[in-house]
Amino acid sequence: MEQQDAVFSLRDVTKTFPGVKALDRVKLDLYPGEVTALIGENGAGKSTLVKTLTGIYQPDAGSIYFQSKPIIIGNPEDARQLGITAIHQETVLFDDLSVTENIFAGNYISKGFFKQLDWAAMRQRTREILLEIEAPLDHDALLRGLSIGQKHMVAIARALSCDAHVVILDEPTAALSHHEIQELYAIVNRLKAAGKAIMFITHKFDEIFAIADRYVVYRDGAFVGEGMISNVNEQTLVEMMVARSMTEPFPKVEATIGEPVLSVRDFNHPTEFADINFTVRAGEILGFYGLVGSGRTEIMQALYGLSKAATGDVEIMGQSVHLKSPADAIAAGLVYVPEERQQQGAIVDLPIYQNISLPQLNKLNPFGFLREAGEYDLARSYGERLQVKASSWSQPVNNLSGGNQQKVVIAKWLATQPKVIVMDEPTKGIDIGSKAAVHRFMSELVQEGLAVILVSSELPEVMGMADRIIVMHEGLIVGELDRNKATAERIVGLATGGIAA
Amino acid sequence: MTNNGLLKHRESALALVIVVLILTVAAITPDFLSAKSLLGAFNDTSMLMILAMGQMLVILTRCIDLSVAANLALTGMVVAMINAAMPGVPIPLLIVLAMVMGSVLGAINGFFVWKVGVPAIVVTLGTMSIYRGVVFLLSDGAWVNSHQMSASFIDFPRNTLIGLPVMSWIALVVVAMLFFVTRHLRFGRDFYTAGGNPTAAFYTGINVGQVQFKAFVISGMLAGLCGYLWVSRYAVAYVDVASGFELQVVAACVIGGVSIMGGLGTVLGCVLGALFLGVINNALPVIGVSPFWQMAISGAVIIIAVIANAKAEKAPGRIILRRAVTGVADVNPTATVAAKS
Amino acid sequence: MEHVMTRTIPNTLSTPFKRYFLRWETFLLLVTVLVFFTNTQISPYFLDPWSLSDMTFNFSEKAIIALPMAMLIICREIDLSVASTIALSSVCMGLAAQAGFGIEVIFALSIIVGIGCGLFNGFIVTWFNIPSIVVTIGTMSLFRGITYVILGDTVISDYPPEFAFFGQGYVAWVISFEFTLFMILALVFYVLLHHTNFGRRTYAIGNNPVGALYSGIKVNKHKVVVFALVGAMSGLAAILLTSRLGSTRPGIAFAWELQIVTMVVLGGVSILGGSGTILGVVIAVFLMGLVTFGLGLINVPGIVMNVIIGAMLITVISIPAVLARFRERRRRSV
Repeated sequence: MEQQDAVFSLRDVTKTFPGVKALDRVKLDLYPGEVTALIGENGAGKSTLVKTLTGIYQPDAGSIYFQSKPIIIGNPEDARQLGITAIHQETVLFDDLSVTENIFAGNYISKGFFKQLDWAAMRQRTREILLEIEAPLDHDALLRGLSIGQKHMVAIARALSCDAHVVILDEPTAALSHHEIQELYAIVNRLKAAGKAIMFITHKFDEIFAIADRYVVYRDGAFVGEGMISNVNEQTLVEMMVARSMTEPFPKVEATIGEPVLSVRDFNHPTEFADINFTVRAGEILGFYGLVGSGRTEIMQALYGLSKAATGDVEIMGQSVHLKSPADAIAAGLVYVPEERQQQGAIVDLPIYQNISLPQLNKLNPFGFLREAGEYDLARSYGERLQVKASSWSQPVNNLSGGNQQKVVIAKWLATQPKVIVMDEPTKGIDIGSKAAVHRFMSELVQEGLAVILVSSELPEVMGMADRIIVMHEGLIVGELDRNKATAERIVGLATGGIAA
Repeated sequence: MTNNGLLKHRESALALVIVVLILTVAAITPDFLSAKSLLGAFNDTSMLMILAMGQMLVILTRCIDLSVAANLALTGMVVAMINAAMPGVPIPLLIVLAMVMGSVLGAINGFFVWKVGVPAIVVTLGTMSIYRGVVFLLSDGAWVNSHQMSASFIDFPRNTLIGLPVMSWIALVVVAMLFFVTRHLRFGRDFYTAGGNPTAAFYTGINVGQVQFKAFVISGMLAGLCGYLWVSRYAVAYVDVASGFELQVVAACVIGGVSIMGGLGTVLGCVLGALFLGVINNALPVIGVSPFWQMAISGAVIIIAVIANAKAEKAPGRIILRRAVTGVADVNPTATVAAKS
Repeated sequence: MEHVMTRTIPNTLSTPFKRYFLRWETFLLLVTVLVFFTNTQISPYFLDPWSLSDMTFNFSEKAIIALPMAMLIICREIDLSVASTIALSSVCMGLAAQAGFGIEVIFALSIIVGIGCGLFNGFIVTWFNIPSIVVTIGTMSLFRGITYVILGDTVISDYPPEFAFFGQGYVAWVISFEFTLFMILALVFYVLLHHTNFGRRTYAIGNNPVGALYSGIKVNKHKVVVFALVGAMSGLAAILLTSRLGSTRPGIAFAWELQIVTMVVLGGVSILGGSGTILGVVIAVFLMGLVTFGLGLINVPGIVMNVIIGAMLITVISIPAVLARFRERRRRSV
């Protein structure tokens, strides 16, 4: 391949947040007409990097070069002017506006002296782009009514509508089906042919080897290595990612499996999931695997009492329960460690000890009066058990690292002495050390007789920790596999809507 | 464009309710259905419509402007005093002056929201008191009465053009301009994007604070315009002019489907919301309902409208099951849709 | 891998100095003392005990409502209908008085009507998930509107003579019943907000309503209770005000809601929810009372007083907002 100059480069870029160094003197080169895969574990700094490139964060140190000239990307508008466009994992779009308007927001086509908006032209162009990427969407449909996969399509269409030099795709295939992924590859190839520099962030190796020309590996915020994909194999990449051998990554300890703790029958919801049946026993870890948006979180939230429209039969410890609110669920012994740590899991502006005592105030203080000494004791006993690293129990949860925040959330629930604990993507976005701690902890919990439901999109995690794995696809259970009969190919095949179990 | 079936339905429903209201009143007092009555009601509602336009922009961007009535009172007093002291000043100049002054008062609100970071409700609560107090300071509590105002000052909004008073025309022009701006200019769409999802708007390069500032300036400018219209129409200027009117303005917007959460609302909706309140206010004395009922009915109507809007606005929730998916177009059948086995 | 815990984590790191002195309430207290001192200089009538007592009548009624209003605003809601609730409660009391009922019934009726109004607000806000600012703009008109329908432009003043005690009576020497009641309630709300489970949940909801829900708090039920508290205190304030005026007219307590919200916001309660203290509100109440009373002593008209209060509100809120912006700008570097 002809050696071209990088169109876009980062040198020694550093970005620090209170308590964590997200980027540590990193290096990056993006070449026109080539796809560079950015590889790294959770907490490696990938999303911080994307936000730096799109002008949302400013680096604390280092330089960014565009066409060999040093530049400053001070805000998203700068990034847009430079032709840097990103498709994020969470689509950041306008729910109350139409598909057309979402594609052209900030980038309208205008005509005439008054710069009047040319809706006809925009609609036409929208139809063309949608046809190009084969997304059967109505250009006037409101974003609110679309599914996650469809919203992604709109985000991709938006990226195609502006004249980008650099296209960043941040985990774009998380919610796409097999066919949609192939279409995405076709679009990427078209972008390559048009001379755009593409950065593709993913942790799925089949995608890396299918689409990338080059690779860059980050670990714990630092640059580890780069090179041509043709010169490397999966094992080498993995070793660069984790810097340790992958033989026994998950501290799975066998536990005695006892009586059914949670039993769910005919659980249905009009738009989110249907015909859900499963049981979890004491001492068991039940994994729920599926693509992003396959309905797993929706089921768990409905079990937790958050959904008015869900119907079905739920039994906890053999007793039929009707959980109409989280308070009911907690009283029945079902607790939920949610996916969104900062919005749902904890109240981040409150101190650690207040977060931990929150679900149990009535139990701790039966007469209704607060007793801080009791709350501190509770925080200390469970916080120490989970090895929370903080400077004091009065520290606001916001000041802790992601991993420690998650430990506080888990501590809070443990303190209620539950029977079933549902963990929804518990290790998403936290550093490797805390991740291992959470896994080890999960093993301890089931040894003590708890039942654990682990919802995860990380295949190694699910395969390593779960006794049984339920696979979901578009709101339905498509497979239930025993630990020793599960292979990566079968699980992924089911999850992407392919072959049956 | 952002028209969707649901929004169209709400506006049609509101229009229908207004028509039913008019017909009901006409059944009791047939005179109400005359052109004179109906146009009179429209004219009476002109200022509410104009102010609702400005308030709509402010609410779209997730703010609120409680100072519009005080703004109106202050600008009205100023132009009335100028007219009383210097009757030779041409009316168009006075109107421009009122609008400029109103814009400045609005800009003060916008400044505190954008640059200082004070929540809009707090700022406008404060400026509401301040502006009204300034009316007192300027006038020393004295009124400017009709005999102190020049004939042209009072006549201007009453002159008729093709059967409609100038004031109604002004309202129509303002509504038309806002309609054009919000649908066909980027400047207008920015209010929707900045308010609908400020984070996403930031990502597309919009300065949300600046958009909020612009909304306040426009709201203030229109309040200034209404300042002149009010004192001229009622031929009097005093401290308590339009007292409590800001709540009617917000109510008109809310009834018209503008969401307090931002990003949602139309010009047509606000106009209908204003007309709805205007018809009720006009109808009550006509059918012999004591004016004491007006407030209670207004309040009840606001609550009902807000509940109706909330039910209509409810999001359909996450759509995951294949059979529940919407928004799919009738595309060219030869295009290969993402095929499922 | 994991470190072994080599030291235990302390409960808290902040020193008493930080906790008690570097706060909004301290700043507010300083300003209040300053205003007090200024008042003594501008008028010889100020330091007279009866004068000061008169001042307390001025603000006690509004202050009683400011206490639960603070809790409501901490919960991320607001109630602009409180003044209208006073009017409605007052007219109900008037009807009861005209019908010849004794003061126990009159008293109880006002509180019940107040609670009813509060519950009405609370249910509409929580059942239909509508922002309270909009709902209470509606109920503001509705409640006072009903008052106008009942009263027209008449006045009710046939209250039994014992009724006058609430608004005009003294407990001891110069200390009025109204003021005493306010101080007692301030203590009650202080304990409620800062030392009970209920208060803790209020802060949790205000800081993150979703997180609070996921932690098992019944958010809607909690909010309805706080709305009811605001209504109850409005009913109580109605008793005091009606008793002080000796009569009920439909325009009673006009525009009080804005003054009450000003008291709360001035007291350091963030309009965005999640923070604020009863102590701050109490100091703000005194501050506003001193300012209005002092201005009254030098014959400043009421409307100009509003200008000063409005300016004070904006200035006082701007200071922390500007400081926060400064801190944020320093954190985002290039």
